[in-house]
Amino acid sequence: MADAKVIPFDDDRSRGGAAARPARRRGVGRPRAGSDDPGELGEVQPLPGRARVREDGRVSRAQEPEEPEKPQDPRPGAGGQGAGLERRVAAGLAFLRRRLTGDYDVDDFGYDEELTDQVLMSLLRPVYEKYFRVEVKGIENIPAKGGALIVANHSGTLPLDGLMMQVAVHDQHPADRHLRLLAADLVFVLPVVNELARKLGHTLACAEDAERLLAQGELVGVMPEGFKGIGKPFGERYKLQRFGRGGFVSTALRQGAPIIPCSIVGAEEIYPMIGNAKTLARLLGFPYFPLTPTFPWLGPLGAVPLPTKWTIQFGEPIPTDGYPPEAAEDPMLMFNLTDQVREQIQHTLYKLLVQRRSVFF
Amino acid sequence: MLVTGVARQLGGRFVRRIQRDPEVDRVIAVDAVPPAHHLGGADFIRADIRLPTIARVLAETGADTVVHLDVTGTALGAGSRAMVKETNVIGTMQLLGACQKSPAVKRLVVKSSTNVYGSAPRDPAVFTETTSAKSLPSGGFAKDTVEVEGYVRGFARRRPDVAVCVLRFANILGPAADTPLASYFALPVLPTVFGYDPRLQFVHEDDVVEVLRIASHEPRRGTLNSGTFNIAGDGVLLLSQCSRRLGRPTVPLLLPAVTWAGSLVRTLGMTDFSPEQIRLLTHGRVVATGQMRETLGFTPRYTTAETFADFVRGQGPGLLPPEALAGAVDRIASLAAKGSGHLPPHGAN
Repeated sequence: MADAKVIPFDDDRSRGGAAARPARRRGVGRPRAGSDDPGELGEVQPLPGRARVREDGRVSRAQEPEEPEKPQDPRPGAGGQGAGLERRVAAGLAFLRRRLTGDYDVDDFGYDEELTDQVLMSLLRPVYEKYFRVEVKGIENIPAKGGALIVANHSGTLPLDGLMMQVAVHDQHPADRHLRLLAADLVFVLPVVNELARKLGHTLACAEDAERLLAQGELVGVMPEGFKGIGKPFGERYKLQRFGRGGFVSTALRQGAPIIPCSIVGAEEIYPMIGNAKTLARLLGFPYFPLTPTFPWLGPLGAVPLPTKWTIQFGEPIPTDGYPPEAAEDPMLMFNLTDQVREQIQHTLYKLLVQRRSVFF
Repeated sequence: MLVTGVARQLGGRFVRRIQRDPEVDRVIAVDAVPPAHHLGGADFIRADIRLPTIARVLAETGADTVVHLDVTGTALGAGSRAMVKETNVIGTMQLLGACQKSPAVKRLVVKSSTNVYGSAPRDPAVFTETTSAKSLPSGGFAKDTVEVEGYVRGFARRRPDVAVCVLRFANILGPAADTPLASYFALPVLPTVFGYDPRLQFVHEDDVVEVLRIASHEPRRGTLNSGTFNIAGDGVLLLSQCSRRLGRPTVPLLLPAVTWAGSLVRTLGMTDFSPEQIRLLTHGRVVATGQMRETLGFTPRYTTAETFADFVRGQGPGLLPPEALAGAVDRIASLAAKGSGHLPPHGAN
């Protein structure tokens, strides 16, 4: 693998870059093999930054016994038998009644909170809990209220990582926060997809929408790599691509919203993209057309993602409210902050990869 | 005060309302056809704003405020689309030319539409007054409004002493509304585009009259009524919600089929189901109304949902009245309460 194609970080910053760099290079080369190799493990482990060690120690294994309990919470009737069932039936009918008569509210972006909570989340939850067995770390880094911008890596050919991140925030966050994702324009061109995306609270990734949501005090999720990240070949897995033009930083600066870096491990392997049928993609108007070991050879069956084990880690928030108002116009600051976020995500990715026992367990 | 487009319901209502204001001495109502409704005590002058006679009318009456309401999407009675466009664009040009010549004019109010933003999947979810459309409307009423606003901006540059107010109205609904969207909602079965659920915003006729009144008077203390303002009720309704509240079933059609059917219907001349209309019903459109509240100092009485409810009251019952559906669900609920324990058939609905 091309060892020289390392992500160019800015080296002139003092954020402990020197120690991290050799390790990162190794990680880029063989992230998967590295996780089984004790030699590499020993080498990489001392690198993590001060705060993250603490976080991991607290959450890593402690999270697992909690997980089977969590899903029970949104379904209170499951335990109470008779009375509980009745209540559930009544609630279900009330829901049905509101739905059939159109008596429910959506916000300006078309976010249908009721539908998302009652129906769409219950559809996604089995995938989240049973299929990808998502482990969430650092959920306490998401503030309980006020606007915040979650910036995550993007991978997996289909944007399942965004949806899983949304379920993670929805189910794990103690303050019941809802993540509002910013999606590519392609999402809003496709029929059905656009309808569901709007109802799930997603909106177009543009500065206007992001700013409006942050100003309303919403939690906004963005994946600045975009198609470059999600459609990258399998060989480049866990190598962060360019972070757009850093527009997310100036948006956060303008609203004074903290940036929360988020690293998602496991999504890269769900559809190992070994090829890209560019002609077909151009014909269909898609940015890429993935060829995986199973798709499209096995037809619809090949479109079933591999059941990888996921970890979603929310990092320490990077505050943006200490900057003067004109900071959003300062390209140098914007690049620095973009790099800082990117580096932190990449850093955490490697750390999680090293800790991972295997791709599937 | 000179008001154009008074032969329409909205123009008539505005003329009747504005005469009750003490600031208004005399209202001159202008239209090419005599109105079917009465205009209170306003002087009706039959003049076609597409012709230079409008300049003479303006000069002779010495009006200081001009309210231009004759920017509409549909023809009144039997008129072709070409005539509507003429009235919208050429009429506006003539009227603005007349205003420019008349030193008495101090204030100009123009009725525009949020159609100027178009609707495209690449647009931001909420338009502000400064958002530029990603895809300019290609034709129809939307293009007219874009052109009208262009001429109005030119006029405002040439006559900086005139206070110009452009009001971009969202879809106007009400018991008596005669907009294309109202006629769409009057269909027994609503054709929709498969896989899209557009967000719609409405503004009530009463609010339209009220905001026109605010715009045509001197601004109240702390407000400013020259500029461009989005006018819409609070909140958003999805098309699926609208159809359920109306009690009219929807028929989802594939987008190409809808476009084709729309052009067929247009060719047959049955209704003006314009491409712009289809795009609105595909992608929807929502505008921000912060400027309307803060700068213009206007708070609509009706929200989008209330406007729609008022519109529904004026319509006949649909094929699937929401009350009947709610009643059916309630009956199941009471059954379930009696025979507690076994689940009622949810799917039966």
